[in-house]
Amino acid sequence: MLKTLNQLKPGEIGVVTKVNGRGKIKGRIIDLGIVAGSRVCVQKYAPLGDPMEIKVKNFNLSLRKSEAAIIEVQTE
Amino acid sequence: MATNNLTIALAGNPNSGKTTIFNNITGARQHVGNYSGVTVEKREGFRRFRGRNFQVVDLPGTYSLTARALDELVARNAILNDRPDILVNILDASNLERNLYLAVQLLELEQPMVVALNMADVAEKMGHKIDDQALTRRLGVPVVRTVGNRNRGTEDLLATVAGVAQERKQQPFTMDYGPEIEAKIKEVWSVLKGVAPEKYPLRWLAIKMLENDKEVIDLVAAFPGGERVRSVAENARKKLQGLFGEELEVVFAERRYYFVGEVYRDVVSVNNEISQTTSDKVDRVLTNRVLGLPIFLGIMWLLFNLVFTIGAYPQEWIENGAKWLGDFVSLYLTDGDLKSLVVDGIIGGVGMVVSFLPQILLLFLGIALLEDTGYMARAAFVMDRIMKSVGLHGKSFIPLLVGFGCNIPAIMGARTLENPRDRMVTILVAPLMSCSARLPVYTLLTAAFFSESYAGTVMFSIYILGIVLAVIMAWIFRKFLFPGETEPFAMEMPAYHIPTLRSILTHMWERGSLYLKKAGTIILAASILVWFFVSYPADVSYSKDFEQLKAASDAAYNANVNDGEADEHEAEIAKLDKEQAAEKLAGSYAGQFGHLIEPLIKPLGFDWKIGVSLFTGFSAKEIVVSTMGTLYSVGAAEDDTAELQESLTTDPALSPLVAYVLMVFSLIYTPCIATMAVVRRETNSWKWMSFSVLYSVALAWIVSFGVYRIGMFLGY
Repeated sequence: MLKTLNQLKPGEIGVVTKVNGRGKIKGRIIDLGIVAGSRVCVQKYAPLGDPMEIKVKNFNLSLRKSEAAIIEVQTE
Repeated sequence: MATNNLTIALAGNPNSGKTTIFNNITGARQHVGNYSGVTVEKREGFRRFRGRNFQVVDLPGTYSLTARALDELVARNAILNDRPDILVNILDASNLERNLYLAVQLLELEQPMVVALNMADVAEKMGHKIDDQALTRRLGVPVVRTVGNRNRGTEDLLATVAGVAQERKQQPFTMDYGPEIEAKIKEVWSVLKGVAPEKYPLRWLAIKMLENDKEVIDLVAAFPGGERVRSVAENARKKLQGLFGEELEVVFAERRYYFVGEVYRDVVSVNNEISQTTSDKVDRVLTNRVLGLPIFLGIMWLLFNLVFTIGAYPQEWIENGAKWLGDFVSLYLTDGDLKSLVVDGIIGGVGMVVSFLPQILLLFLGIALLEDTGYMARAAFVMDRIMKSVGLHGKSFIPLLVGFGCNIPAIMGARTLENPRDRMVTILVAPLMSCSARLPVYTLLTAAFFSESYAGTVMFSIYILGIVLAVIMAWIFRKFLFPGETEPFAMEMPAYHIPTLRSILTHMWERGSLYLKKAGTIILAASILVWFFVSYPADVSYSKDFEQLKAASDAAYNANVNDGEADEHEAEIAKLDKEQAAEKLAGSYAGQFGHLIEPLIKPLGFDWKIGVSLFTGFSAKEIVVSTMGTLYSVGAAEDDTAELQESLTTDPALSPLVAYVLMVFSLIYTPCIATMAVVRRETNSWKWMSFSVLYSVALAWIVSFGVYRIGMFLGY
């Protein structure tokens, strides 16, 4: 199913299909290794619900939900 | 340059262990400065190795080399313009794929390079076997294994560096971006050739122009004949963009990651890409949905107590020591200008500078522990939701919290924020956190003008006012001074690990010495200036001849020495001394200034005496209390706060409302010269320091005026 990353629940795994948007945030996300084809796993959400923590390319990354919303993923 | 000297630049991702390796190489022979014109730190060190001098630069840790972020730009300019003899790229072996992404970009700069494969032991324990030879083959550069936190492999690394530097050859590297892109790179490259000076890597320039990198495009356009290259590149970029239907920068980044992925799979045999590590298990508790916040607050409580409760002891010793030294020196100097300068100006000033040192060292002990263990990123993770609402980053919380103890370490602590805009806003609003030095002002005025049942509420309201103003000002600064798109939050959560003593001590030493050297001199100079303003002119015309009156009193007392009226006599002398001190202060430049600004502060309900107190309060907020003590307790015999409180309440110019407004003003305007000096040092700019002072004074006036008028309207 096609979703954006912020819609995934902790423990869910998805494969990135596209990073939307433009500018600094998109650039940063791509530089950190979230490109089409990367497998991402949602670790958890922060105590106050935002940001979220994901695992990608073997490291942990924290993203605001607004940033995760530009990342399209295909869930298994 | 003599061949005996080598310049080495260390490049790598944040958290790759770069700084640890830098410390291993240089030991204590290093210093921290700034890259010219920016707030990005420049760390340089020196090492003598087998008869050669190595000059080592620790570049800012970055994930990429784009022109989007200041630290990335600084790092790449340091490589392109300063042209180190050799680059050392530190790769975190347990995070190799993402680290290789930067490596590829460094290789594209075509400089001699050595790769340090750091913490390979950890990676192999996690089940990632790394084939060093395959890595050397794929990248075309030597690979050396290091274990930074155990100082292993440093000698090997240096030997390899020395060897590679000996050859002094360009380092060719080509990564295939696919036929369409390669054709366009070639097109741009062929017009660039002959236009760009030889020192620049042509292929890299061509790639950056296609990526629409503004810095490189401007650089090339400025070369003779560069305009043509710009238009060729622009056309090529538009064509490719049409072809891919995506910003080219993104296409390039993706291609690099595909290439890196290939290299990675060649070099590392992985068992599981998304495995749950020990660090993840620890995190399940520390950033737990329920426990995360209480644990965070507990750690903050510990930090606060470490800095301010424990820090209070050495601070007191230093203050007592300075006082003792002042008294001691007084014995050997005759009364006069010189004595006053040495005791009040210099010893007092130095004492003040040094007295902040324990807190700074302890704060950076705490920060180093939080950062080196990896908890700092978790703190930002937990707090970001709240800080985001004011347009700040989760990491701003710690410096702001520390501000309640003292603004100086708070402003220095803003360094943990990588993003310059977040950092500037944090530095500008941190002084609104009511520090402990402002407490004496509140205590004195609350005790004098408010009944005990209101005292708590009154003080609490001042603290809350500070927080509310900080929120408003942060929002305003963000919107008007640092506008533009929101900075990305996306932040790596490094694996937890045990910090090394060496790195923590280095961190503390670095901050402590930086504070003493850079901020200390300004603080000292400013305290001498303030001393001058309160001590001069020396020949104030007094209303009475105090010396004669004191002499007369002494004579009268000595004549009746047996009358047992020693107390009375001392009281009389003390009373005269106080009167004289008050008149001297009133006649000093500071006093004249108080009179001068009276029309300006009249609308706030303040008279000249408050003007003088606020003026001297620039040096430190405790001084407001002591100045008021000198000006108001005239006629009081005893030197205690009860007397001062009484003289305050009986002064017709003061009312509970004016006292409250005075507290508001003291809260908001510049906390002290030490804060100013630290703002100057941390922003690397006199302009921002002046702005910080001016805005806080203006804000203090406006808010005080508002409070005063509303209070009057409500009939207080």
